[in-house]
Amino acid sequence: MTTAPARTQPGTRPLGWLRHSLVLARRSLAKTTRSPGPIVNGVVTPALFLVLFLYLFGGSVAGSTTDYLRYLFPGILVMGAGLAGMISTGTTINLDRRNGVTDRFRSLPISRLAPLLGSVLADIVRYLLAVAILFAIGALLGFRVHGSLAAALAAAGLAILFGFCVSWVTVFIGVLVKDANAVVAFSFITFLPLQLGTSLAAPTSTLPGWLRAWAEVNPVTQVMDACRALLNGTTIGGTVTTTLIWCVILFVVFCPLAVRSYSRQQ
Amino acid sequence: MSEHGFEAEKLAKRFGKTVALDGVSLAAPRGQVLGLLGPNGAGKTTVIRILATLLRSDRGRASVAGFDVAGQPGQVRGRIALSGQHTSVDEELTGLANLVMIGQLLDMPRRHATQRAAELLARFGLEDAARRPVASYSGGMRRRLDLAASLVGRPEVIFLDEPSVGLDPGKRDELWQLIRGLTAEGVTVLLTTQYLEEADALADGIIVLDHGRVIAAGTPAELKQQVGGRAVVVRLDDPADTEPAAAILASVADRSPERSTRHELVVPVTGDDDFFEITARLREHAIGVTELSLRLPSLDEAFLALTGAPATTTDFTKAA
Repeated sequence: MTTAPARTQPGTRPLGWLRHSLVLARRSLAKTTRSPGPIVNGVVTPALFLVLFLYLFGGSVAGSTTDYLRYLFPGILVMGAGLAGMISTGTTINLDRRNGVTDRFRSLPISRLAPLLGSVLADIVRYLLAVAILFAIGALLGFRVHGSLAAALAAAGLAILFGFCVSWVTVFIGVLVKDANAVVAFSFITFLPLQLGTSLAAPTSTLPGWLRAWAEVNPVTQVMDACRALLNGTTIGGTVTTTLIWCVILFVVFCPLAVRSYSRQQ
Repeated sequence: MSEHGFEAEKLAKRFGKTVALDGVSLAAPRGQVLGLLGPNGAGKTTVIRILATLLRSDRGRASVAGFDVAGQPGQVRGRIALSGQHTSVDEELTGLANLVMIGQLLDMPRRHATQRAAELLARFGLEDAARRPVASYSGGMRRRLDLAASLVGRPEVIFLDEPSVGLDPGKRDELWQLIRGLTAEGVTVLLTTQYLEEADALADGIIVLDHGRVIAAGTPAELKQQVGGRAVVVRLDDPADTEPAAAILASVADRSPERSTRHELVVPVTGDDDFFEITARLREHAIGVTELSLRLPSLDEAFLALTGAPATTTDFTKAA
Protein backbone atom coordinates (compact mmCIF):
# COMPACT_ATOMS: atom_id res chain seq x y z
CA MET A 1 0.00 0.00 0.00
CA THR A 2 1.36 3.39 -0.92
CA THR A 3 1.20 6.22 1.55
CA ALA A 4 -0.53 9.44 0.64
CA PRO A 5 2.05 12.18 0.16
CA ALA A 6 2.43 14.83 2.84
CA ARG A 7 0.42 17.93 2.08
CA THR A 8 1.88 21.06 0.63
CA GLN A 9 2.50 23.97 2.91
CA PRO A 10 -0.95 25.40 3.71
CA GLY A 11 -1.92 28.84 2.52
CA THR A 12 0.54 28.79 -0.35
CA ARG A 13 -1.97 27.91 -3.08
CA PRO A 14 -4.00 30.77 -4.53
CA LEU A 15 -7.77 31.13 -4.07
CA GLY A 16 -7.68 28.81 -1.10
CA TRP A 17 -10.58 30.61 0.54
CA LEU A 18 -12.83 29.94 -2.43
CA ARG A 19 -11.80 26.28 -2.80
CA HIS A 20 -12.26 25.68 0.91
CA SER A 21 -15.64 27.43 0.83
CA LEU A 22 -16.75 25.11 -1.97
CA VAL A 23 -15.59 22.04 -0.01
CA LEU A 24 -17.64 23.25 2.95
CA ALA A 25 -20.61 24.12 0.74
CA ARG A 26 -20.58 20.52 -0.46
CA ARG A 27 -20.61 19.40 3.18
CA SER A 28 -23.64 21.58 3.85
CA LEU A 29 -25.48 20.19 0.82
CA ALA A 30 -24.64 16.61 1.78
CA LYS A 31 -26.30 17.35 5.11
CA THR A 32 -29.36 18.77 3.35
CA THR A 33 -29.95 15.51 1.53
CA ARG A 34 -30.02 13.79 4.92
CA SER A 35 -32.26 16.32 6.61
CA PRO A 36 -34.16 18.23 3.93
CA GLY A 37 -36.13 20.24 6.51
CA PRO A 38 -34.89 23.71 5.48
CA ILE A 39 -35.74 23.12 1.81
CA VAL A 40 -39.19 21.85 2.68
CA ASN A 41 -39.63 24.83 4.93
CA GLY A 42 -38.42 27.18 2.21
CA VAL A 43 -40.94 25.81 -0.27
CA VAL A 44 -43.93 24.83 1.83
CA THR A 45 -44.30 28.08 3.77
CA PRO A 46 -44.38 30.37 0.70
CA ALA A 47 -46.52 27.84 -1.19
CA LEU A 48 -49.03 27.86 1.68
CA PHE A 49 -49.14 31.66 1.71
CA LEU A 50 -49.58 31.61 -2.06
CA VAL A 51 -52.59 29.32 -1.98
CA LEU A 52 -54.05 30.91 1.14
CA PHE A 53 -53.83 34.51 -0.05
CA LEU A 54 -54.81 33.62 -3.60
CA TYR A 55 -58.11 32.01 -2.73
CA LEU A 56 -58.92 34.06 0.38
CA PHE A 57 -58.29 37.52 -1.00
CA GLY A 58 -57.99 37.02 -4.74
CA GLY A 59 -61.59 37.90 -5.43
CA SER A 60 -61.78 40.93 -3.19
CA VAL A 61 -58.36 42.47 -3.85
CA ALA A 62 -58.05 42.05 -7.59
CA GLY A 63 -61.49 40.95 -8.75
CA SER A 64 -60.30 37.54 -9.92
CA THR A 65 -57.78 34.96 -8.76
CA THR A 66 -56.02 35.02 -12.15
CA ASP A 67 -55.28 38.72 -11.88
CA TYR A 68 -54.33 38.39 -8.25
CA LEU A 69 -51.92 35.54 -9.02
CA ARG A 70 -50.03 37.88 -11.33
CA TYR A 71 -49.70 40.32 -8.47
CA LEU A 72 -49.04 37.84 -5.68
CA PHE A 73 -46.66 35.29 -7.21
CA PRO A 74 -43.51 37.46 -7.57
CA GLY A 75 -43.66 38.38 -3.89
CA ILE A 76 -44.04 34.73 -2.92
CA LEU A 77 -40.96 33.96 -4.99
CA VAL A 78 -38.94 36.51 -3.02
CA MET A 79 -40.26 35.03 0.21
CA GLY A 80 -39.19 31.55 -0.92
CA ALA A 81 -35.67 32.63 -1.86
CA GLY A 82 -35.20 34.43 1.41
CA LEU A 83 -36.70 31.84 3.68
CA ALA A 84 -34.89 28.64 2.71
CA GLY A 85 -31.65 30.06 4.04
CA MET A 86 -32.89 32.56 6.56
CA ILE A 87 -33.62 29.90 9.11
CA SER A 88 -31.20 27.15 8.14
CA THR A 89 -27.85 28.92 7.81
CA GLY A 90 -27.91 30.67 11.15
CA THR A 91 -28.95 27.54 13.02
CA THR A 92 -26.43 25.21 11.34
CA ILE A 93 -23.58 27.58 12.06
CA ASN A 94 -24.79 27.87 15.64
CA LEU A 95 -25.06 24.08 15.93
CA ASP A 96 -21.52 23.60 14.57
CA ARG A 97 -20.29 25.86 17.27
CA ARG A 98 -21.98 23.94 20.05
CA ASN A 99 -20.93 20.55 18.68
CA GLY A 100 -17.28 21.54 18.48
CA VAL A 101 -17.15 21.36 14.68
CA THR A 102 -16.35 25.08 14.63
CA ASP A 103 -13.33 24.51 16.87
CA ARG A 104 -11.96 21.98 14.43
CA PHE A 105 -12.46 24.36 11.49
CA ARG A 106 -10.88 27.22 13.38
CA SER A 107 -7.82 25.14 14.19
CA LEU A 108 -7.30 24.35 10.49
CA PRO A 109 -5.12 26.55 8.26
CA ILE A 110 -8.13 27.84 6.31
CA SER A 111 -9.63 31.30 5.92
CA ARG A 112 -12.10 32.25 8.65
CA LEU A 113 -14.46 33.25 5.85
CA ALA A 114 -14.59 29.73 4.37
CA PRO A 115 -16.96 27.98 6.84
CA LEU A 116 -19.42 30.88 6.68
CA LEU A 117 -19.22 31.44 2.93
CA GLY A 118 -19.49 27.68 2.41
CA SER A 119 -22.75 27.58 4.27
CA VAL A 120 -24.17 30.58 2.41
CA LEU A 121 -23.05 29.22 -0.99
CA ALA A 122 -24.89 26.00 -0.22
CA ASP A 123 -27.92 28.16 0.51
CA ILE A 124 -27.80 29.51 -3.03
CA VAL A 125 -28.34 25.98 -4.30
CA ARG A 126 -31.27 25.65 -1.89
CA TYR A 127 -32.74 28.96 -3.13
CA LEU A 128 -32.43 27.80 -6.72
CA LEU A 129 -34.31 24.65 -5.84
CA ALA A 130 -36.96 26.55 -3.88
CA VAL A 131 -37.42 29.07 -6.71
CA ALA A 132 -37.69 26.31 -9.32
CA ILE A 133 -40.32 24.44 -7.29
CA LEU A 134 -42.25 27.64 -6.66
CA PHE A 135 -42.25 28.46 -10.39
CA ALA A 136 -43.68 25.01 -11.02
CA ILE A 137 -46.41 25.50 -8.42
CA GLY A 138 -47.15 28.96 -9.80
CA ALA A 139 -47.44 27.52 -13.31
CA LEU A 140 -49.85 24.86 -12.06
CA LEU A 141 -52.03 27.55 -10.51
CA GLY A 142 -52.03 29.43 -13.80
CA PHE A 143 -49.18 31.93 -13.47
CA ARG A 144 -47.57 32.96 -16.74
CA VAL A 145 -44.47 35.09 -17.24
CA HIS A 146 -45.36 38.21 -19.20
CA GLY A 147 -41.91 39.71 -19.51
CA SER A 148 -39.09 38.24 -21.58
CA LEU A 149 -37.27 35.05 -20.54
CA ALA A 150 -34.25 37.19 -19.68
CA ALA A 151 -36.41 39.33 -17.44
CA ALA A 152 -37.82 36.22 -15.72
CA LEU A 153 -34.30 34.92 -15.09
CA ALA A 154 -33.31 38.33 -13.82
CA ALA A 155 -36.26 38.23 -11.39
CA ALA A 156 -35.20 34.82 -10.08
CA GLY A 157 -31.58 35.98 -9.91
CA LEU A 158 -32.54 39.12 -8.04
CA ALA A 159 -34.60 37.17 -5.49
CA ILE A 160 -31.69 34.75 -4.95
CA LEU A 161 -29.11 37.53 -4.74
CA PHE A 162 -31.22 39.22 -2.11
CA GLY A 163 -31.56 35.90 -0.24
CA PHE A 164 -27.77 35.51 -0.33
CA CYS A 165 -27.23 38.97 1.14
CA VAL A 166 -29.92 38.59 3.83
CA SER A 167 -28.30 35.26 4.80
CA TRP A 168 -25.31 37.17 6.15
CA VAL A 169 -27.55 38.79 8.74
CA THR A 170 -28.62 35.37 10.06
CA VAL A 171 -25.06 34.09 9.79
CA PHE A 172 -23.97 37.00 11.97
CA ILE A 173 -26.71 36.25 14.49
CA GLY A 174 -25.86 32.53 14.37
CA VAL A 175 -22.22 33.30 15.19
CA LEU A 176 -23.09 35.85 17.84
CA VAL A 177 -25.84 34.14 19.81
CA LYS A 178 -25.09 31.16 22.03
CA ASP A 179 -28.43 29.42 21.85
CA ALA A 180 -29.75 27.85 18.63
CA ASN A 181 -33.31 28.41 19.80
CA ALA A 182 -32.63 32.12 19.95
CA VAL A 183 -31.54 32.03 16.31
CA VAL A 184 -34.78 30.32 15.29
CA ALA A 185 -36.78 32.74 17.41
CA PHE A 186 -35.04 35.69 15.78
CA SER A 187 -35.77 34.36 12.31
CA PHE A 188 -39.44 33.88 13.11
CA ILE A 189 -39.88 37.23 14.80
CA THR A 190 -38.28 39.07 11.90
CA PHE A 191 -40.10 36.95 9.34
CA LEU A 192 -43.49 38.55 9.94
CA PRO A 193 -42.64 42.26 9.60
CA LEU A 194 -39.95 41.69 6.95
CA GLN A 195 -41.83 39.34 4.64
CA LEU A 196 -45.47 40.22 5.29
CA GLY A 197 -45.12 43.91 6.08
CA THR A 198 -44.51 44.54 2.39
CA SER A 199 -46.30 44.89 -0.90
CA LEU A 200 -46.65 41.08 -0.90
CA ALA A 201 -50.44 40.84 -0.62
CA ALA A 202 -51.54 44.28 -1.72
CA PRO A 203 -49.98 47.50 -3.11
CA THR A 204 -48.53 49.65 -0.33
CA SER A 205 -50.86 52.50 -1.31
CA THR A 206 -53.81 50.46 -0.04
CA LEU A 207 -52.27 49.82 3.41
CA PRO A 208 -53.13 51.83 6.54
CA GLY A 209 -50.71 54.69 7.30
CA TRP A 210 -48.40 53.08 9.86
CA LEU A 211 -48.09 49.83 7.92
CA ARG A 212 -47.67 51.72 4.69
CA ALA A 213 -44.82 53.75 6.17
CA TRP A 214 -43.05 50.55 7.24
CA ALA A 215 -43.75 48.65 4.02
CA GLU A 216 -42.35 51.48 1.92
CA VAL A 217 -39.02 51.58 3.73
CA ASN A 218 -38.80 47.79 3.99
CA PRO A 219 -36.20 46.63 1.45
CA VAL A 220 -38.14 43.42 0.86
CA THR A 221 -40.91 45.55 -0.71
CA GLN A 222 -38.37 46.87 -3.22
CA VAL A 223 -37.28 43.34 -4.15
CA MET A 224 -40.90 42.19 -4.50
CA ASP A 225 -41.81 45.23 -6.64
CA ALA A 226 -38.76 44.69 -8.82
CA CYS A 227 -39.55 41.01 -9.36
CA ARG A 228 -43.21 41.83 -10.02
CA ALA A 229 -42.25 44.33 -12.71
CA LEU A 230 -39.75 41.94 -14.30
CA LEU A 231 -42.15 38.98 -14.35
CA ASN A 232 -45.19 40.91 -15.49
CA GLY A 233 -43.36 43.04 -18.05
CA THR A 234 -44.41 46.33 -16.43
CA THR A 235 -42.36 49.45 -15.73
CA ILE A 236 -39.40 48.64 -13.52
CA GLY A 237 -38.66 52.15 -12.30
CA GLY A 238 -35.97 52.42 -9.65
CA THR A 239 -36.84 49.21 -7.81
CA VAL A 240 -34.08 47.04 -9.28
CA THR A 241 -31.43 49.65 -8.50
CA THR A 242 -32.77 50.10 -4.96
CA THR A 243 -32.72 46.32 -4.48
CA LEU A 244 -29.12 46.10 -5.66
CA ILE A 245 -28.12 48.94 -3.33
CA TRP A 246 -29.76 47.11 -0.41
CA CYS A 247 -27.95 43.90 -1.36
CA VAL A 248 -24.61 45.69 -1.33
CA ILE A 249 -25.37 47.34 2.03
CA LEU A 250 -26.43 44.08 3.69
CA PHE A 251 -23.43 42.21 2.35
CA VAL A 252 -20.83 44.88 3.06
CA VAL A 253 -22.06 45.39 6.62
CA PHE A 254 -22.93 41.88 7.79
CA CYS A 255 -20.38 39.68 6.01
CA PRO A 256 -17.36 41.36 7.67
CA LEU A 257 -19.22 41.53 10.99
CA ALA A 258 -19.95 37.80 10.85
CA VAL A 259 -16.38 36.85 9.87
CA ARG A 260 -14.96 39.14 12.52
CA SER A 261 -16.99 37.67 15.37
CA TYR A 262 -16.39 34.15 14.02
CA SER A 263 -12.63 34.75 14.25
CA ARG A 264 -12.91 36.16 17.72
CA GLN A 265 -15.27 33.54 19.07
CA GLN A 266 -14.19 32.05 22.35
CA MET B 1 13.68 24.27 13.97
CA SER B 2 12.80 24.71 17.61
CA GLU B 3 13.71 21.85 19.92
CA HIS B 4 10.38 22.30 21.65
CA GLY B 5 7.12 20.93 20.33
CA PHE B 6 5.47 23.78 22.18
CA GLU B 7 6.29 26.14 24.99
CA ALA B 8 4.38 28.77 26.92
CA GLU B 9 5.54 31.46 29.29
CA LYS B 10 3.42 33.08 31.98
CA LEU B 11 0.11 32.75 30.16
CA ALA B 12 -2.72 34.70 31.76
CA LYS B 13 -6.37 34.81 30.76
CA ARG B 14 -9.54 36.13 32.36
CA PHE B 15 -13.14 35.61 31.36
CA GLY B 16 -14.96 38.56 32.86
CA LYS B 17 -14.24 38.27 36.55
CA THR B 18 -13.12 34.65 36.40
CA VAL B 19 -9.37 34.19 36.33
CA ALA B 20 -8.88 31.18 34.05
CA LEU B 21 -5.07 31.27 33.86
CA ASP B 22 -2.70 33.07 36.16
CA GLY B 23 0.86 32.81 34.89
CA VAL B 24 1.09 29.31 33.44
CA SER B 25 4.43 28.25 31.95
CA LEU B 26 5.04 24.90 30.32
CA ALA B 27 7.10 23.25 27.62
CA ALA B 28 7.51 19.89 25.94
CA PRO B 29 10.47 18.70 23.86
CA ARG B 30 9.57 17.40 20.41
CA GLY B 31 8.20 13.88 20.40
CA GLN B 32 7.14 13.91 24.03
CA VAL B 33 3.78 13.80 25.77
CA LEU B 34 3.04 16.46 28.34
CA GLY B 35 0.12 15.71 30.63
CA LEU B 36 -1.87 18.64 31.94
CA LEU B 37 -3.59 17.40 35.05
CA GLY B 38 -6.26 19.14 37.06
CA PRO B 39 -9.90 19.21 38.09
CA ASN B 40 -12.69 20.87 36.09
CA GLY B 41 -12.15 24.60 35.86
CA ALA B 42 -8.40 24.39 36.55
CA GLY B 43 -7.66 26.02 33.18
CA LYS B 44 -6.61 22.98 31.16
CA THR B 45 -8.92 23.65 28.22
CA THR B 46 -7.98 27.32 28.21
CA VAL B 47 -4.29 26.42 27.84
CA ILE B 48 -5.14 24.16 24.90
CA ARG B 49 -7.30 26.78 23.25
CA ILE B 50 -4.56 29.39 23.50
CA LEU B 51 -1.92 27.05 22.09
CA ALA B 52 -4.29 25.96 19.30
CA THR B 53 -4.82 29.66 18.33
CA LEU B 54 -8.53 29.54 19.18
CA LEU B 55 -8.12 32.01 22.00
CA ARG B 56 -5.73 34.87 22.68
CA SER B 57 -4.05 35.11 26.03
CA ASP B 58 -4.24 38.41 27.90
CA ARG B 59 -0.60 38.19 28.89
CA GLY B 60 2.37 35.92 28.33
CA ARG B 61 3.58 34.28 25.14
CA ALA B 62 3.47 30.85 23.58
CA SER B 63 4.94 29.14 20.57
CA VAL B 64 4.02 25.90 18.87
CA ALA B 65 6.33 24.04 16.48
CA GLY B 66 8.59 27.08 16.61
CA PHE B 67 5.94 29.66 15.66
CA ASP B 68 4.39 32.30 17.88
CA VAL B 69 0.68 31.58 18.43
CA ALA B 70 -0.30 35.25 18.44
CA GLY B 71 2.03 36.46 15.66
CA GLN B 72 1.91 33.55 13.21
CA PRO B 73 -1.35 31.71 13.88
CA GLY B 74 -1.58 30.54 10.26
CA GLN B 75 1.78 28.77 10.48
CA VAL B 76 0.78 27.22 13.79
CA ARG B 77 -2.56 25.97 12.41
CA GLY B 78 -0.74 24.27 9.56
CA ARG B 79 1.19 22.14 12.04
CA ILE B 80 -1.28 21.26 14.77
CA ALA B 81 -4.38 19.20 15.33
CA LEU B 82 -7.00 19.41 18.00
CA SER B 83 -9.08 16.59 19.35
CA GLY B 84 -11.11 15.83 22.42
CA GLN B 85 -14.14 16.66 24.44
CA HIS B 86 -14.89 20.06 22.89
CA THR B 87 -13.92 19.19 19.34
CA SER B 88 -15.91 17.05 17.04
CA VAL B 89 -16.59 15.56 13.67
CA ASP B 90 -19.80 16.12 11.73
CA GLU B 91 -22.54 13.80 13.00
CA GLU B 92 -24.53 13.78 9.79
CA LEU B 93 -21.65 12.94 7.47
CA THR B 94 -20.10 9.49 7.14
CA GLY B 95 -16.74 8.76 8.76
CA LEU B 96 -15.12 8.68 5.33
CA ALA B 97 -16.71 11.97 4.23
CA ASN B 98 -15.49 13.67 7.39
CA LEU B 99 -11.89 12.65 6.81
CA VAL B 100 -11.95 13.40 3.08
CA MET B 101 -13.37 16.85 3.80
CA ILE B 102 -10.57 17.64 6.24
CA GLY B 103 -8.00 16.40 3.72
CA GLN B 104 -9.45 18.73 1.09
CA LEU B 105 -9.45 21.63 3.53
CA LEU B 106 -5.74 20.88 3.97
CA ASP B 107 -5.29 21.33 0.22
CA MET B 108 -4.93 17.66 -0.63
CA PRO B 109 -6.23 16.73 -4.07
CA ARG B 110 -9.39 14.64 -3.70
CA ARG B 111 -7.61 11.42 -4.67
CA HIS B 112 -4.95 11.89 -2.00
CA ALA B 113 -7.54 12.92 0.59
CA THR B 114 -9.51 9.74 -0.08
CA GLN B 115 -6.36 7.63 0.09
CA ARG B 116 -5.28 9.21 3.37
CA ALA B 117 -8.80 8.78 4.81
CA ALA B 118 -8.78 5.08 3.89
CA GLU B 119 -5.35 4.64 5.52
CA LEU B 120 -6.53 6.21 8.75
CA LEU B 121 -9.86 4.38 8.84
CA ALA B 122 -7.97 1.11 8.48
CA ARG B 123 -5.45 2.05 11.14
CA PHE B 124 -8.22 2.96 13.60
CA GLY B 125 -10.35 -0.09 12.86
CA LEU B 126 -13.19 1.88 11.29
CA GLU B 127 -13.22 0.40 7.77
CA ASP B 128 -16.57 -1.28 8.25
CA ALA B 129 -18.18 1.89 9.54
CA ALA B 130 -16.55 4.16 6.94
CA ARG B 131 -19.75 4.72 4.95
CA ARG B 132 -22.11 5.09 7.89
CA PRO B 133 -23.10 8.48 9.32
CA VAL B 134 -21.16 9.30 12.47
CA ALA B 135 -24.46 9.65 14.37
CA SER B 136 -24.67 5.84 14.34
CA TYR B 137 -21.18 5.39 15.88
CA SER B 138 -20.56 4.28 19.46
CA GLY B 139 -18.67 6.57 21.85
CA GLY B 140 -15.43 4.68 21.35
CA MET B 141 -15.71 4.70 17.55
CA ARG B 142 -16.45 8.40 17.58
CA ARG B 143 -13.38 9.12 19.68
CA ARG B 144 -11.23 7.05 17.32
CA LEU B 145 -12.63 8.88 14.29
CA ASP B 146 -12.01 12.18 16.02
CA LEU B 147 -8.38 11.20 16.60
CA ALA B 148 -8.12 10.01 13.00
CA ALA B 149 -9.52 13.36 11.85
CA SER B 150 -6.76 15.17 13.67
CA LEU B 151 -4.10 13.02 11.99
CA VAL B 152 -5.19 13.64 8.39
CA GLY B 153 -2.66 16.43 7.92
CA ARG B 154 0.25 14.69 9.69
CA PRO B 155 0.50 17.35 12.42
CA GLU B 156 3.68 17.99 14.38
CA VAL B 157 1.79 18.79 17.57
CA ILE B 158 -1.49 17.32 18.75
CA PHE B 159 -3.70 18.72 21.48
CA LEU B 160 -5.90 16.15 23.16
CA ASP B 161 -8.48 17.61 25.49
CA GLU B 162 -9.63 14.92 27.92
CA PRO B 163 -9.57 12.25 25.24
CA SER B 164 -10.93 9.40 27.33
CA VAL B 165 -13.89 11.13 29.01
CA GLY B 166 -16.94 8.92 28.80
CA LEU B 167 -15.10 5.82 27.55
CA ASP B 168 -15.30 2.52 29.39
CA PRO B 169 -11.95 1.07 30.58
CA GLY B 170 -11.51 -1.30 27.63
CA LYS B 171 -12.05 1.45 25.06
CA ARG B 172 -9.84 3.75 27.06
CA ASP B 173 -6.91 1.32 26.93
CA GLU B 174 -7.43 1.02 23.20
CA LEU B 175 -7.26 4.81 22.86
CA TRP B 176 -4.13 4.93 25.01
CA GLN B 177 -2.45 2.48 22.63
CA LEU B 178 -3.28 4.76 19.72
CA ILE B 179 -1.93 7.82 21.53
CA ARG B 180 1.31 6.00 22.37
CA GLY B 181 1.60 5.14 18.69
CA LEU B 182 1.58 8.86 17.81
CA THR B 183 4.67 9.69 19.82
CA ALA B 184 6.51 6.85 18.13
CA GLU B 185 6.15 8.94 14.95
CA GLY B 186 7.73 11.97 16.60
CA VAL B 187 4.52 13.88 17.27
CA THR B 188 4.48 16.12 20.33
CA VAL B 189 1.32 15.71 22.39
CA LEU B 190 -0.34 17.93 24.97
CA LEU B 191 -2.90 15.89 26.85
CA THR B 192 -5.32 17.19 29.44
CA THR B 193 -6.85 14.82 31.91
CA GLN B 194 -8.53 14.64 35.27
CA TYR B 195 -6.97 11.27 35.99
CA LEU B 196 -3.51 10.82 37.43
CA GLU B 197 -3.65 7.28 36.13
CA GLU B 198 -4.05 8.52 32.55
CA ALA B 199 -1.24 11.04 32.84
CA ASP B 200 0.94 8.34 34.39
CA ALA B 201 0.15 5.91 31.58
CA LEU B 202 0.88 8.33 28.74
CA ALA B 203 2.92 11.34 29.76
CA ASP B 204 6.68 11.93 29.86
CA GLY B 205 6.07 15.00 31.97
CA ILE B 206 3.14 16.18 34.06
CA ILE B 207 1.99 19.67 34.98
CA VAL B 208 -0.66 19.96 37.69
CA LEU B 209 -2.99 22.92 37.35
CA ASP B 210 -5.36 24.29 39.94
CA HIS B 211 -7.24 27.59 39.74
CA GLY B 212 -5.21 28.59 36.70
CA ARG B 213 -1.84 28.10 38.40
CA VAL B 214 0.82 25.43 38.09
CA ILE B 215 0.96 23.77 41.50
CA ALA B 216 3.34 20.95 40.62
CA ALA B 217 5.49 19.82 37.68
CA GLY B 218 7.79 16.93 36.98
CA THR B 219 8.04 13.44 35.61
CA PRO B 220 5.32 11.02 36.71
CA ALA B 221 7.83 9.39 39.09
CA GLU B 222 8.80 12.71 40.67
CA LEU B 223 5.21 13.72 41.01
CA LYS B 224 4.22 10.48 42.66
CA GLN B 225 6.98 10.97 45.17
CA GLN B 226 5.79 14.51 45.77
CA VAL B 227 2.21 13.50 46.39
CA GLY B 228 3.17 10.81 48.85
CA GLY B 229 3.47 7.74 46.68
CA ARG B 230 0.91 5.06 46.63
CA ALA B 231 -1.78 3.57 48.80
CA VAL B 232 -2.78 0.06 49.81
CA VAL B 233 -6.45 -0.69 49.39
CA VAL B 234 -7.95 -3.65 51.25
CA ARG B 235 -11.50 -4.78 50.65
CA LEU B 236 -12.53 -7.31 53.27
CA ASP B 237 -14.55 -10.46 52.84
CA ASP B 238 -16.08 -10.07 56.23
CA PRO B 239 -16.72 -6.67 57.86
CA ALA B 240 -16.07 -8.34 61.21
CA ASP B 241 -12.35 -8.39 60.30
CA THR B 242 -12.25 -4.61 60.07
CA GLU B 243 -10.59 -3.95 63.41
CA PRO B 244 -7.75 -6.54 63.18
CA ALA B 245 -7.13 -5.56 59.55
CA ALA B 246 -7.02 -1.87 60.46
CA ALA B 247 -4.55 -2.66 63.21
CA ILE B 248 -2.25 -4.45 60.75
CA LEU B 249 -2.38 -1.57 58.27
CA ALA B 250 -1.75 0.95 61.02
CA SER B 251 1.28 -0.87 62.36
CA VAL B 252 2.91 -1.36 58.94
CA ALA B 253 2.14 2.05 57.44
CA ASP B 254 2.60 3.90 60.68
CA ARG B 255 -0.70 5.76 60.34
CA SER B 256 -4.30 4.76 60.80
CA PRO B 257 -6.14 3.74 57.61
CA GLU B 258 -9.07 5.59 56.15
CA ARG B 259 -12.35 3.64 56.18
CA SER B 260 -13.97 4.66 52.92
CA THR B 261 -16.77 2.10 53.14
CA ARG B 262 -17.74 -0.64 55.57
CA HIS B 263 -15.63 -3.15 53.66
CA GLU B 264 -12.77 -1.00 52.47
CA LEU B 265 -9.63 0.32 54.13
CA VAL B 266 -7.11 2.64 52.48
CA VAL B 267 -3.70 3.62 53.81
CA PRO B 268 -0.83 5.48 52.12
CA VAL B 269 2.46 3.54 52.03
CA THR B 270 6.01 4.55 51.23
CA GLY B 271 7.20 1.55 49.24
CA ASP B 272 6.56 -1.90 47.82
CA ASP B 273 7.82 -3.54 51.01
CA ASP B 274 4.93 -2.17 53.02
CA PHE B 275 2.54 -3.76 50.59
CA PHE B 276 4.22 -7.16 50.82
CA GLU B 277 4.35 -6.88 54.59
CA ILE B 278 0.63 -6.14 54.75
CA THR B 279 -0.13 -9.06 52.45
CA ALA B 280 1.90 -11.44 54.60
CA ARG B 281 0.33 -10.31 57.85
CA LEU B 282 -3.21 -10.52 56.52
CA ARG B 283 -2.49 -14.09 55.52
CA GLU B 284 -0.92 -14.85 58.89
CA HIS B 285 -4.12 -13.71 60.59
CA ALA B 286 -6.28 -15.53 58.05
CA ILE B 287 -8.15 -12.35 57.09
CA GLY B 288 -10.01 -12.91 53.84
CA VAL B 289 -9.97 -10.16 51.20
CA THR B 290 -12.04 -9.66 48.07
CA GLU B 291 -9.60 -7.04 46.81
CA LEU B 292 -6.09 -6.12 47.74
CA SER B 293 -4.18 -3.57 45.70
CA LEU B 294 -1.36 -1.09 45.61
CA ARG B 295 -2.57 1.90 43.69
CA LEU B 296 -1.59 5.42 42.67
CA PRO B 297 -3.16 8.21 44.65
CA SER B 298 -6.36 9.52 43.10
CA LEU B 299 -6.39 13.08 41.84
CA ASP B 300 -8.20 14.08 45.03
CA GLU B 301 -5.50 12.54 47.19
CA ALA B 302 -2.79 14.12 45.06
CA PHE B 303 -4.40 17.51 45.45
CA LEU B 304 -4.71 17.03 49.13
CA ALA B 305 -1.00 16.30 49.27
CA LEU B 306 -0.02 19.20 46.98
CA THR B 307 -2.30 21.94 48.21
CA GLY B 308 -3.56 20.75 51.54
CA ALA B 309 -7.06 21.30 50.18
CA PRO B 310 -9.41 19.02 48.25
CA ALA B 311 -9.59 19.44 44.49
CA THR B 312 -12.04 22.11 43.44
CA THR B 313 -14.69 20.78 41.18
CA THR B 314 -16.38 24.01 40.18
CA ASP B 315 -17.38 23.67 36.57
CA PHE B 316 -16.01 26.59 34.59
CA THR B 317 -15.90 24.70 31.33
CA LYS B 318 -18.80 26.72 29.97
CA ALA B 319 -16.92 29.94 30.56
CA ALA B 320 -13.93 28.54 28.71
